Amino acid sequence: MTIVAGIDVGSTYTKAVLTDEHGTRLSHALRPTGFRLGEVADKTFAECLDIAGLSRADVNYVVATGYGRHQVAFRDVHVTDLTAAARGTLRYFPATRTVLDVGGQTMKASRLDADGKVRSFRLNDKCAAGTGAFLEKTARYMGYDTPEIAALLGTSKEPVPISGVCAVFAESEVINHLSLGTAPADIMQGAIQSLVGRAVQLLKRVRAEPEYTLIGGILRFPTMARAVQEKLGKPVNVPGAGGDGENMQFISAEGAAVLGHKRLAKLRAEGTRPGERAQVHA
Amino acid sequence: MAYAAGVDVGSTQTKAVIIDEAGTIVGRSLGDTGANVVRAAETAYETALAEAGLGEREVEYVIGTGYGRYRVTFGNTQVTEISCHGRGAVHMFPNTRTVVDMGGQDTKAIRVAPTGEIVDFCMNDKCAAGTGRFLGAASMALDIPLPDLGPTALRSTKPVRISTTCTVFAESEVLAWLGKGKKIEDILWGVHQSIAVRSVGLLRRVGIEDEVTFTGGVSRNAGMVKALEDKLGTKLNISEESHYMGALGAALFARDHIFAGREPRASQPSQEVSA
Repeated sequence: MTIVAGIDVGSTYTKAVLTDEHGTRLSHALRPTGFRLGEVADKTFAECLDIAGLSRADVNYVVATGYGRHQVAFRDVHVTDLTAAARGTLRYFPATRTVLDVGGQTMKASRLDADGKVRSFRLNDKCAAGTGAFLEKTARYMGYDTPEIAALLGTSKEPVPISGVCAVFAESEVINHLSLGTAPADIMQGAIQSLVGRAVQLLKRVRAEPEYTLIGGILRFPTMARAVQEKLGKPVNVPGAGGDGENMQFISAEGAAVLGHKRLAKLRAEGTRPGERAQVHA
Repeated sequence: MAYAAGVDVGSTQTKAVIIDEAGTIVGRSLGDTGANVVRAAETAYETALAEAGLGEREVEYVIGTGYGRYRVTFGNTQVTEISCHGRGAVHMFPNTRTVVDMGGQDTKAIRVAPTGEIVDFCMNDKCAAGTGRFLGAASMALDIPLPDLGPTALRSTKPVRISTTCTVFAESEVLAWLGKGKKIEDILWGVHQSIAVRSVGLLRRVGIEDEVTFTGGVSRNAGMVKALEDKLGTKLNISEESHYMGALGAALFARDHIFAGREPRASQPSQEVSA
């Protein structure tokens, strides 16, 4: 059995998966990233090994991705988050041409060609208003924690408009709405819609084409996918919508692992041992 | 004796100032704006009246300014904070040509004519980067009270370069630097420098002309003063009353009204009216 690890060090969470040569997931683990990137990658990987009952020596290849990928000291290779996201997405929805990835501190839209290669992409990583942090801040202004957001959204009846220009300015807006007696759920859903407005702008800039697939930690909020669908007026694929809700945050880590298997197979065909090759590249 | 008042309802704090006919401050107050803006304005005004030892009837005219100026329900009229900061700054430092006003959620660059008239202004209206909130975020992340930020930053020997634009992300960046073992003063000085760079960018858009007067709550932060002076290459005027400059400007416009018996306008310099 060939085992490849995909480690995705995101701005907010670090995800790790172990997969076999068929792409089957053996185990997965997730931890808040914090600010010691190398350490959290190591711990998440160790947790993954524990769950699968494997040791480091059993893993043939380690691929790192995400914004902290350079901090993963034990990696054999690293790939960009866009490449990993595209590869992971295609595993679930092979006809995907546009990927929207919304995480804790970034929003990324990319357009893929028929071969699954990234043709065009746009990022928002400068401003919290287009990211999960915007929702977290909005929730916090109202006294809710991140894990409570999904349940809160479920009770929204009539969302109120939130301008979403700036996550900091949103505070005054939220306070105004609360003082007018608006339900927190409706403010929260308003924030989701404002985020979706930004997402759709980003999609337009990559000249998005169907099929559309939505990935990233933001999918923990089920109303997000629905709002994107309504705003786009087109169907949107969501990994994990079929039941396995845990899938959605691991798409890029899985994509990294898929790329790792391909690369390993190529190296083996060339007769190079992966260790040697990695050192050459280091 | 006729008295005039200005109430400046800012995004973070509410200030009230009462002046006499000579334009001397006889009462002032400062409090958090909070969620109840109307109440904040009332409280600020009542406190300033108490400090001045005056009753409401002795104040002939009240002007509201700041983002919550329309919530100053007892005010006779409203004037924008841009006009008020320009007016207050020129009153305190008659040679002022450029004003930089740094508050809790916004930074404004204002260019004024020798008459005190506003020539041009520019502000961050879309984003809280480069405002007092950036300092607030650093204060929270590092657990250092706001008044200590400046003095701490000034002890820096090897400043860190803050690369994030967004105030929300800056909080994580500050923690990341802390995690890498950087000294608190070096991180803080980096934060001050980053705000200064953005503010100077705003100032360039209106044109920087000497003398430059620094107003608003953040002007009390010695670190911010130094960071701005370094980037601008010029000394800044800072009044003891810099925090109250918007309220003072509003009170001066209110005094104009008392003397002239007509609606104050920013374009009509006080010198002509009150001389």
